[in-house]
Amino acid sequence: MVNITIKDLSFNYNSSMILNDLDLVIDDSQVLGLVGPNGSGKTTLIKCIDRILKPKGSILLDGADIQTMNRTEMAKHLGYVPQSSSTSLATTVFDTVLMGRRPHMSWRVSDADIDKVANVLELLKLEELAMRDFDQLSGGQKQKVMIARALCQEPSVLLLDEPTSSLDMKHQLEVMEMITALVKEKKISAVMALHDLNLAAMFVDKLAILKGGKIYAAGEPADLLNSKNIREVYGVEAIVMDDLDRPYIIPLRSLNEGIA
Amino acid sequence: MSTFKRTDLREEYQRFLNKKLLFFLVLIIGTIFLACISVSQGSAGLSIKEVCMAILARFLPDYFTSTRFADNIVWSLRLNRILMGIVAGMGLSIAGATMQGILKNPLASEFTLGMDSAACLGASLAIVLGAGFAGGEYLIIGNAFVFTLIASFTVYGLARYKGITPETLILAGIAITYLFSAMTTFLQYMGRVEELHDVVFWMMGSLDGATWERIGLITAILVLCLPYLVIKSWDINAIGAGDETAKSLGVDVERTRVTSMMLASLITASIICFTGTIGFVGLVGPHITRMVIGGDHRFLLPGSALTGAAILLGADTLARTVLAPVILPVGVMTSFLGVPFFIYLFMRRRRAFW
Repeated sequence: MVNITIKDLSFNYNSSMILNDLDLVIDDSQVLGLVGPNGSGKTTLIKCIDRILKPKGSILLDGADIQTMNRTEMAKHLGYVPQSSSTSLATTVFDTVLMGRRPHMSWRVSDADIDKVANVLELLKLEELAMRDFDQLSGGQKQKVMIARALCQEPSVLLLDEPTSSLDMKHQLEVMEMITALVKEKKISAVMALHDLNLAAMFVDKLAILKGGKIYAAGEPADLLNSKNIREVYGVEAIVMDDLDRPYIIPLRSLNEGIA
Repeated sequence: MSTFKRTDLREEYQRFLNKKLLFFLVLIIGTIFLACISVSQGSAGLSIKEVCMAILARFLPDYFTSTRFADNIVWSLRLNRILMGIVAGMGLSIAGATMQGILKNPLASEFTLGMDSAACLGASLAIVLGAGFAGGEYLIIGNAFVFTLIASFTVYGLARYKGITPETLILAGIAITYLFSAMTTFLQYMGRVEELHDVVFWMMGSLDGATWERIGLITAILVLCLPYLVIKSWDINAIGAGDETAKSLGVDVERTRVTSMMLASLITASIICFTGTIGFVGLVGPHITRMVIGGDHRFLLPGSALTGAAILLGADTLARTVLAPVILPVGVMTSFLGVPFFIYLFMRRRRAFW
């Protein structure tokens, strides 16, 4: 269980500012959803937290600055699931997931490592696919395998970059249900960039809305998802229903004025 | 309930390992077999008995005797050539596997990264203009070696300047290849007929210059470089899953890539400066290995070494014997032999290997 404190985080790509003095606290054992329009910095923030990008400012993992941490040490705390699954080499599902043991294992693969992989595959119901080629899997299966790889790192925080972006409705729900269940079962936290506000409203404990590289608002989804915020952040006219036990958003039209 | 059991996965993994080890064993036996054939073949017309005596006489002079002639043929012409083929094939193939792995590009090889053309330019400068970094017998060798490293640094520098991605590295390599080839062509155009002949002969590649010192030098470089690459195998594997994934798994991607590139360049330079450019082995040795045992670099790197050794030794043996006493350029033979075999494997493969 860890707590991540982000302070004054800035990142520019070439000359354009992507993150701008951003502050955020990520508590343990919760699912945090990062939402916001394209280019608002969701993906960049996730990559900065995992030091895939080098930002200015500080990111403290239980008080320790990740900028000065050993990479392998970091990999034992933070697991990252990329948005797209690019592998240049043909590998089996087993090999792909085994890769997640890299921060923990030596050159030789021990029985204990194989058992860890087996556990995770079982947990995510991927055991039947263990010896299949990764490239032959469907989008939903690939997404699960990449989550499995990150879980094999035994991280305390799972960072996911739009885990549902290329999935159909059923698989979106499946993956989200799986992640929320994992957070409860393993007592870890998950930080995920999301596009679908309805999905976010259903599954996340806390929401952080990004706009122009800053946190526009953070809190419970029910408090943040309203017509005013959606208009100001997305430039979209929307109705927010609350007759379910969570907000439900029906977008009406895009507004051309007042969009940054 | 699924029938999945933990022990199944362990057994499955062990089967995977056994298959890889079997492949190694087959290659080692095959290479020894090839070496035996190769040492007994040649235009000197030695009998197999004479060859055996010549070999044994050096190890057990009290029990076996050999003629001076047979000793000379076997120890100064054949065995050194065979060992050169083995170490050069190993080195080129390891370098190729490394470059393909860390650049995540199936086209990466000493050829596409500009090293071959640089070595040719260095050798041409020495042959045509007599200009070089070292004098005497090391003029051509020194030039080829230094130019190969220069090409590698230049390509890396260019790619780094514009943000290093595997694509920019290959692009820079191809660009450098064109430039250096044009310069070599210019030198050939300006050179005299004998010089032109020497340049072309050098570019064809051959194992003629196989001396024991050179074999020792290449072996020493391999012994120094290979352990690092094999130890870093997991990191190279992780890079194959994408730079971002590799970083998140704790890999220092930039450092691994630079160090591995430098070692692969060093291995390549130390070989092609003696042999001239021998195409194909560095590109296809790793691919053949990958098709058979998969992409785990812990096994791919040593496996590629064995495949490369077998290819180059086999090709050179044929090159020496097909039209004996004429010795064909080994580079021609590697392609004649290797390409059909590669295409055969490629056509009948059951699964993607890249």
